[in-house]
Amino acid sequence: MSAFPILSLMTFLPLIGAALMLLMKGQGESVLFRAKMVALLVSGLTFILSLVMLLNFDPASADYQFEEKRIWFESIGISYHMGVDGISLFFIVLSAFLTPICVLASWNSVSVRVKEYLAAFLLLETFMIGTFCALDAILFYLFFEGVLIPMFIIIGVWGGPRRVYSAFKFFLYTLLGSVLMLVALLTMIVQAGTADIPTLMGTEFSPELQTWLWLAFFASFAVKMPMWPVHTWLPDAHVEAPTAGSVILAGVLLKMGGYGFLRFSLPMFPDATEMFAPMVFGLSVIAIIYTSLIALAQTDMKKMIAYSSVAHMGFVTLGIFTLNMQGIQGAVFQMISHGVVSAALFLAIGVVYDRLHTRDIGRYGNLSKNMPIYATVFVILMLGAVGLPGTSGFVGEFLALLGVFKVDTTVATLAATGVVLGATYMLHLTRKLVFGPKVNDDAAAMSDLTTVEKAYFLPLVILVLWLGVAPGYVLERTVPAIDSILSRYEVQVEDTSSAAAPQVPAAVEEPAAQSHDSEGEE
Amino acid sequence: MIDYFAVFAPLIGFLLAGLLGKKLGDTFSQIVTVAGVLLAAMISVKLFFSVVMGMSPQVLPVMTWISSGDFEVAWTLRMDQLAVIMMCVVNIVSACVHVYSLGYMHHDEAKSRFMAYLSLFTFAMLMLVTSDNLLQLFFGWEGVGLASYLLIGFWYHKPSANAASMKAFIVNRVGDLGLTLGVMAAFVIFGSVQFDAIFDAAAGKSTEMFTFFGYEFHALTCLCLLLFVGAVGKSAQLGLHTWLPDAMEGPTPVSALIHAATMVTAGVFLVARFSPVFEYAPDALMVVCLFGAVTAFVAATIGMTQFDIKRVIAYSTMSQLGYMFFALGVSAYSAAMFHLVTHAFFKALLFLGAGSVIHAMSDEQDMRKMGGIWKMIPFTYVVMFIGSLALAGIPFFAGYYSKDLILEAAWASNSWYGHFAYWMGIAAAIMTAFYSWRLIVMTFHGKPRADHHVMDHIHESPPVMTVPLAVLAVGALFSGAILYGGFSGVPHELGKPHQSVSVESEVTEEVEVATEDQIEHQVREEVMSSVEGLPLLDKAAFFGKSIFVKHENDTVAGAHHVEEWVKILPTIMGVVGIFLGYLAYMFVPSIPAFFVRVFKPIHVLFYRKWFFDEIYDALFVKTTLALGKGLWVGGDKALIDGLGPDGISALSRKVGQIFSKFQSGFVYHYAFVMMIGLLALVTWIAYATGMLNFS
Repeated sequence: MSAFPILSLMTFLPLIGAALMLLMKGQGESVLFRAKMVALLVSGLTFILSLVMLLNFDPASADYQFEEKRIWFESIGISYHMGVDGISLFFIVLSAFLTPICVLASWNSVSVRVKEYLAAFLLLETFMIGTFCALDAILFYLFFEGVLIPMFIIIGVWGGPRRVYSAFKFFLYTLLGSVLMLVALLTMIVQAGTADIPTLMGTEFSPELQTWLWLAFFASFAVKMPMWPVHTWLPDAHVEAPTAGSVILAGVLLKMGGYGFLRFSLPMFPDATEMFAPMVFGLSVIAIIYTSLIALAQTDMKKMIAYSSVAHMGFVTLGIFTLNMQGIQGAVFQMISHGVVSAALFLAIGVVYDRLHTRDIGRYGNLSKNMPIYATVFVILMLGAVGLPGTSGFVGEFLALLGVFKVDTTVATLAATGVVLGATYMLHLTRKLVFGPKVNDDAAAMSDLTTVEKAYFLPLVILVLWLGVAPGYVLERTVPAIDSILSRYEVQVEDTSSAAAPQVPAAVEEPAAQSHDSEGEE
Repeated sequence: MIDYFAVFAPLIGFLLAGLLGKKLGDTFSQIVTVAGVLLAAMISVKLFFSVVMGMSPQVLPVMTWISSGDFEVAWTLRMDQLAVIMMCVVNIVSACVHVYSLGYMHHDEAKSRFMAYLSLFTFAMLMLVTSDNLLQLFFGWEGVGLASYLLIGFWYHKPSANAASMKAFIVNRVGDLGLTLGVMAAFVIFGSVQFDAIFDAAAGKSTEMFTFFGYEFHALTCLCLLLFVGAVGKSAQLGLHTWLPDAMEGPTPVSALIHAATMVTAGVFLVARFSPVFEYAPDALMVVCLFGAVTAFVAATIGMTQFDIKRVIAYSTMSQLGYMFFALGVSAYSAAMFHLVTHAFFKALLFLGAGSVIHAMSDEQDMRKMGGIWKMIPFTYVVMFIGSLALAGIPFFAGYYSKDLILEAAWASNSWYGHFAYWMGIAAAIMTAFYSWRLIVMTFHGKPRADHHVMDHIHESPPVMTVPLAVLAVGALFSGAILYGGFSGVPHELGKPHQSVSVESEVTEEVEVATEDQIEHQVREEVMSSVEGLPLLDKAAFFGKSIFVKHENDTVAGAHHVEEWVKILPTIMGVVGIFLGYLAYMFVPSIPAFFVRVFKPIHVLFYRKWFFDEIYDALFVKTTLALGKGLWVGGDKALIDGLGPDGISALSRKVGQIFSKFQSGFVYHYAFVMMIGLLALVTWIAYATGMLNFS
C-alpha cells in the first residue's frame, strides 16, 4: 500500500475533474448533466479512495502513513512531502465526504455557470485535501492559501445580493493573516534550513523567536477558526454563500485553523504556546458567550448557525490549548462532529431556502405537518448541535470541557454556560422552523425531502448518532498522534527551560536584514 | 441475557414505532411499544425478586463509550437494589401509562409518534437508573429531558406547548450545567466517573480541598452541591421549578409518567445513589434539606390557589418532591426512596384520573367549570378519592407510611434544619390535604358548572383506561403497607414466627379492620413471612450496599424512637386539612372568597406563584435578549466591523469594482491568474532566501 501514491491521487484527482469540466463545450442541458455526473463521479471516487485510506490506516502507529516525498527545491529543503497521521486522517475523509454531497445539493439549485461552479468545488477539494496531507511547510502554505481562491469565487459569483462585500471581507481578513504566516514560515525555513514539517517539529527555536512566530501563525489560524474578535467575516460569508459553499465553509474550512494549531503552533512553539494559552482561553470564552448571545438575536437562519459555529469553535480552541489528552481529543472530535453537524444544518436550511427563497425565520413554521421527515432530520441535527449525549456533539464538547476543567475550573464553568445559551438559540430556531402554528400558505405547501435529499441526509444523520454512541473508532486513531504532540511538547519544554541558551543562535532581525540586502543586490 | 431486555425492550419498541410506524400504521406502533414496555415491566419484577429479595446485585456490560487518556466510560447496566427498585417503578408506571394512552390518545392523529416518544422516554429513564457511571447517568438524564421536551411540545401547533417545552429544556439545561461540572469535578477529585471507584474512595477524600471558580472548597461538598444543582433542575425544586407547571401543556399521560412518577424523581435518585459521598459532605446535606423543606412549603401554598386541575397536581408533585429532598437531607435516603415509590403510584393515579376527568369533560381543565359529575363517572371518582387519601397521608394508604417516615426521620435527625423541615412538612401536610379536597369537591361535587353540551357528553372512560387506573389504585392502597418493612427497617423484636401466606390479600383484609398500631405489626409480619424468611426487615439488607448511611446519621432507625406526638401530628394535620377542604368548598362556600378578600396580598403572592416567572423574565430572559442584540449591533457591527473591514470601505469599493469585472466573465482565468501569481511569488521568495543561505 505504501508504494501507491494514494494521497497524491486523492489530492489531484479532483483537479483533473476540474480541468475536464472547463474543457467541456456548450451550455445545453445534456452537457450540463454530463458535467454534473462527472463532478459527482470524480468526487465520489475521491471519497472511495479516502475510505480505502481509512481502512488501511494503522491505528496504533504514531508515524506519518502513506508518505510520499520528492525533492522540490533541494537548496532550501523544500520538498513535495505528503503524509497522514491520526489528526489529519479524519479531516481528509470529511473533505472527501462532503464534496459529493455538495455536488448533489447543488444539482438543481445552481443554474448559472454550472461548469465553472463545479470546477470551483473540485478545485476546492484539491486544496482542502492537499492542506491536510501536506508535510512540507511551503506545500502546506500553497494549499492552505489556495483554498481561499475557489471559496472567494464561489461566494463572489454564486452568492447572494451582498456577495461582493462578503467575498471581499472574507478575503481581506484571511489575507491579513496569511501574509504574516508566510513571513513566519520563511523565517523558520531560513533558521532550520528545511521546510519539512516533521523536521521543523524537532527544531528548537529560541523562546523569544517562538513568541513572534507563534503570533504570526496565530494571526492566520485565528482568522480561519474564526476566533473572537476576527470572526465577523464568517456570518457575512455564510449568508451570501450558496448552500454548498456554506457546507464546505462550515464543514472543512473552519477546521483548518484548528488543524494549523495542532500541526504548527503546539509542536513547534511549546514555550510560546504555554505563554499564550491563557490569552487563547480568554478569547475562546468570550467567543463562546458573546457569539451565543448574538446568535439569539438573529432572524436570519444562516446567520444564526454561522454565529453558533464561532461558539463551537471556541470549544475547539479551548480544548487544543489545555495541552492534555482529553482537551485535544475533544477539540479534534468537536471539529469532526461540527464538520458533520453544521454542514448538515446548512444543507437543511438550503432545503427550505430552495423551496421558499428566504432565510427569514419568521416566514417558516409548522413544517412538522407537511415535512415530517425533514422535521425529524432537523431535530436530530439540532440535538447534535446542542451537544445532547448520544450525539456526536456531546463527545467533543464534553471532552474539551473536561480537559479545560482539569486546567482551570473558572474557564470551564464560563464556557459551560455556552451550552445553556446554545440550547436556547437552537431550540428557538427549531420551534420557529418546524413547530409552531401555520404561518403562511407558502410554507405549508412545501413538499417533504426528495429522494436525493434523503440520500445525503441519511449518512449525515447516521454519522451524528454513530459518533455519539460509539466514538471509539475516531478517538483511538487520534491517540498516537496527540501523544506524540504532547510527549514532544513536554520534552521540549523541559529542554528549553533547563538549557537556557537557545540552540539556534540566529535572532529575528538577521534573516530580515539579509533578505533586504539581497533585494538590493538584485 | 434476558435481563438486558428490561432496559432495551422499550428502545426496540421506540425504534420500530419510530421508523416503521408511518408505513405499518398506528396499530403496529401501539402493539410494539406496549409489548416492549410490558416485557420490560415483567423482567423488572423478576429482577426485584432476584436482586432485591435475593440480594444479588449484578452488573451487565454493554460496550465502550468514551475512552480518552485516563478517562474511560462504558455503557453498562448496573442492576443493584436501588436501580432495580427504580426500574420496577419506571416500568410498571410506564406500562400503565402506555396502555392508558391507547384510550386517551384515541382521537389523536399522531398516535405512532406519541407511543414512540413514550417508549423513548422509558428507555432513557432506564439508562439513567441502571447507569454504572456519571456519564451514562448524564446520558439518561438528558435523554429523559429530550423525551420530556418532545412530549410537552407534542401538540406542536399550540404556541403555549412550544413555549412550555422550550422552557422545560432550557431551565433543565441550567441544572444540567451544574451536573456537567459535577461530573468533571468527580473526575478531577477521584480520577474516575465510575460509581464504585468514587464511592470506595469517598471516605478517604473527606478532608480534601478543591479549588473551584477561584475559591477553595471542601472537595466533597463542592461535588455534592454541583450534582445537587442538576437535581434541583430535574426535580423542580425551588429556583428551577418554573418549568414544571408549564409542562402540563403536554398530554395528560405524559404528565403522569414523566412529570409525576419518574423523571422528576431522577434528582432524588441521584442524591440517594450518591449517598456514600453525601454522607461525607454534611453541609451539602443541610442545603439539600433546606431546599426540600422550603419547596414542600412554597409549592403547597401555590397549589391551594390554582384552578387548572393539572396544575394543582403539578404543584402537589413539586411539594412532595420537596418532602423527598428534605428526607435525603437528613440522611433518610431509604425514606425518600420509599416516598418516591408510593408517590409514583398515587400521583400517577391522580394524573391519569384527572386525565379521565378531562377526557370526560371534553378537554376542560379548569375546575371552575367542573362540578357535579361524580355520579356520572363513579370509577374515576373512586380512584381519585383513593389517590387523594394516599396523598393526604391518611392511615393505611400508601402515602401515610412514607410521609410519616420522612417526617419522623426529619425530627429524629435532631438538627435545627431537620426540625425546620419537620415543621415545614407539617404545614405542607395540612395544605396538601386541603388542596386535595378542594380539588375533589370542585371537580366532582356541587352543582355542575359546565354547559349542557359538555355535560351531555360526560362518560366513563373505556376499560383500556380504567384498568391501568385500577392497577395504580392497588399500588396507592397497598404499596406503603407492603413495602414499609423493607424501606424503614424494623426492630428485630417485632419479628414473629414464620408463616407463609399471600401478602396482598391478607393485608387487604387487615387494613379495613386494624388500628394503626396493629396494622404496622401485621404488615411487618406479612412482609417478613412472605419472602421465606429473608432478612428483609433489615433495610440494610433491602438496599444492600447501594445506599450508605453513616451509623450516627441513621435517622430512619431513629424515626422509630421519636416522641409519640411527632408521629401522630402528620395524621391529625391530614384529617384537619380534609375537614377544612370540605368546610370551605362544600359546606360554607363563602369561606374562600372571604379569605381572598381579607388576605389579598398573600393570596396574590400564592396565586401568582410567588412571582418567580415574572422575576426570571425580567432578570434573565429580557436581559439576555437585550444583551444579544446589543452585542450584535454595538459589538460586531459598530466596533469590530467599524474599525476593521468597513473602516477601509473605500478600498473595498474599489476592489469591488475590479472584482465585478471578473464576475462578468472568465472566472477560471481569474483563478488561474491568482494561483500562478501566488506560486510565482512563493517560488521567488523561496529562491531568494535560498540563495541567501548559500551565499
